[in-house]
Amino acid sequence: MEGTEKTARTTLNEIEWGVANRLFSGSLSYYVAVIISALLVLAGTVAGVHSLAAGHLGTFNVDREVAWGILIAAYVFFVVTSTGLCLVSSIGHVFGVKSYMPIAKRSVFLSIATILGGFFIIAFEIKVPWRMLIYNVISPNLTSNIWWMGTLYGAYLVLMMFEFLFLNINKHRFAVFCGFSGAVAGIAAHSNLGAVFGLLMGRDFWHGPYMSIYFIASAMMTGTAVIILFHYLAYKVNGESLEQDKPMMESLDVVRRLGILLITVIMFFTSWKMIAAIAGAPGGKYEAAMALVSGPYAFNFWFFEAGFGLLLPLVLFYMSKGTDLKMMFWGSTIMLIGIFVMRYDLVLVGQIVPSFYEYGVNEFNSLLKYFPSFHEILITLGGFGVTVFLFLVGEKIFDGHKVDPHH
Amino acid sequence: MKKNISNLSPADNEGTENISVDERREFLKMGLAITGVFCGGTIISATSAVSRVFASAGAYADKYPYKPHYSMVLQVDFCIDCELCMEACVETNSVPDYGWRTKILEYEKPHAIGVKREFIPILCNQCNLPQCARVCPTRATYKDRTHGIVMMDRKKCIGCMTCQLGCPYNARYFNEVFHAVDKCDFCYKVRLSAGDNNTSCSEACPADVRIFGDLADPRSRVYRMVHQLEKAVWVMRPKSGTKPNIFYTKGWPLS
Repeated sequence: MEGTEKTARTTLNEIEWGVANRLFSGSLSYYVAVIISALLVLAGTVAGVHSLAAGHLGTFNVDREVAWGILIAAYVFFVVTSTGLCLVSSIGHVFGVKSYMPIAKRSVFLSIATILGGFFIIAFEIKVPWRMLIYNVISPNLTSNIWWMGTLYGAYLVLMMFEFLFLNINKHRFAVFCGFSGAVAGIAAHSNLGAVFGLLMGRDFWHGPYMSIYFIASAMMTGTAVIILFHYLAYKVNGESLEQDKPMMESLDVVRRLGILLITVIMFFTSWKMIAAIAGAPGGKYEAAMALVSGPYAFNFWFFEAGFGLLLPLVLFYMSKGTDLKMMFWGSTIMLIGIFVMRYDLVLVGQIVPSFYEYGVNEFNSLLKYFPSFHEILITLGGFGVTVFLFLVGEKIFDGHKVDPHH
Repeated sequence: MKKNISNLSPADNEGTENISVDERREFLKMGLAITGVFCGGTIISATSAVSRVFASAGAYADKYPYKPHYSMVLQVDFCIDCELCMEACVETNSVPDYGWRTKILEYEKPHAIGVKREFIPILCNQCNLPQCARVCPTRATYKDRTHGIVMMDRKKCIGCMTCQLGCPYNARYFNEVFHAVDKCDFCYKVRLSAGDNNTSCSEACPADVRIFGDLADPRSRVYRMVHQLEKAVWVMRPKSGTKPNIFYTKGWPLS
């Protein structure tokens, strides 16, 4: 109860002083990282506003056939990550598994930071975002998965913010309630995101229940990588030794073990998805799957998705034994790179087979091509900037997300 | 069954002269449908494609859901790719050069006997189960309850493009001037709502490829072309299950 008493005694002035002191206590590399991330946000904002003003035709490389590009992929990446952080962190402070408790505060904060990164990107991806704010509310379509996804993610963000607030003021009952509700909203929102793809009748590669199920498992896998990576970085930012923080080391070890389990789950999912798309050569699915196996997306698939996203992190996580932090850091870093490419491939490969491909007409007899534009790349980097900036500043404002050992 | 037969056996034979034309047609259709199934599915079945537009067999077995139920039949073997339909569409509906509401696809088979090329006009299929309308988060695109045309309420469109990805017919594009997705509405806003009874593409076609009309009206050409057994009538991408209202056919004499 030390923390509660301290909070009660602390005046607003003292809090301000404390925050200011911590913000000015960073190393040079800390400030360089803060400035770079802020510049990325600025660059992304300028690119986004310019694309809105000048029109998307000349600024984005998406078109009527490949209507979703890197921005949707990056949005999916961020919301997958956020949901994963929420789910993995809830194992501890919501469902009471003690070994997961030390990671709770930072993970909840990161889930907010990552979803805000995602919202930053989607705000510029949507071509008329201001109408979304009005007509999502006054003209909702309850059969639309994208409406449910947007609405539930809105609720999820609010719940995660309250959860973080209650965790910080040590109102644990409220925090557990918000954490549980947030996890439910997150799962509902995230499976709806899967259904945004999975229930599109016009796109064979996505169609089916697989996407909703896969997205949840994939979210948790991503969550483990992000927790390990950002906890490693956070201790560097705060100039503290992670090795000496025994409870945190134990917590990261169980996260690592969960990560290994989920990597194998995703390997299993991916294998059967690919086998099902190739065996018997089902129309639409087969061409997309072959684009991944031996076509234009083969390098992405084998090198980044299979190698970076699954195999190498599996080996590194296993070999680290939960004690070699460098190995865990590199494992989670390359895993996140691989996962980003997974999202990119998932979004793009689902669209590269044209609607009239099966008819063999001259206009649509080959796979479609897409490469992101300069504006799209800048907005994507802006999303990363939002998350990294919030993480860095959050570490100082919230004093390294210290965990009260009594809770 | 046995009971029914025993009930019927003492009754007088009504004779084939008492069977109505509709009953004969139904019987023939059933036979042809069964033949079609054995030949490899309903796509090559010679039965009418009309059943494919019903939103569900039970609900619309005897009536069309819309009045008028606008539809178009495309006689693909008459198309010469003159693109006058596309030009008329662009002019009528202010379609920009980066978009299209209707297009003509070209299918080539160099080693085919006889005709080696075929042109396939495409446009929004005004589906009875439109996926675009189901996935739209703000109901910016919707199936009109009166005439069944899939319409756009431009002011509600957020430009998420989910409708375009849900459409099996690649029928939509984002119009930078309207700040909304644009698509074929059978010229409803410009012509039909003003009292005209034909689309600009159909009117412009010199080869009688595009026949537009009310599928629920037995006097219309589209009704007669679809409700018959002699000529094959099909829809594009039937597996999508969207119950399209655009039919394709071949081999009808000019009329």
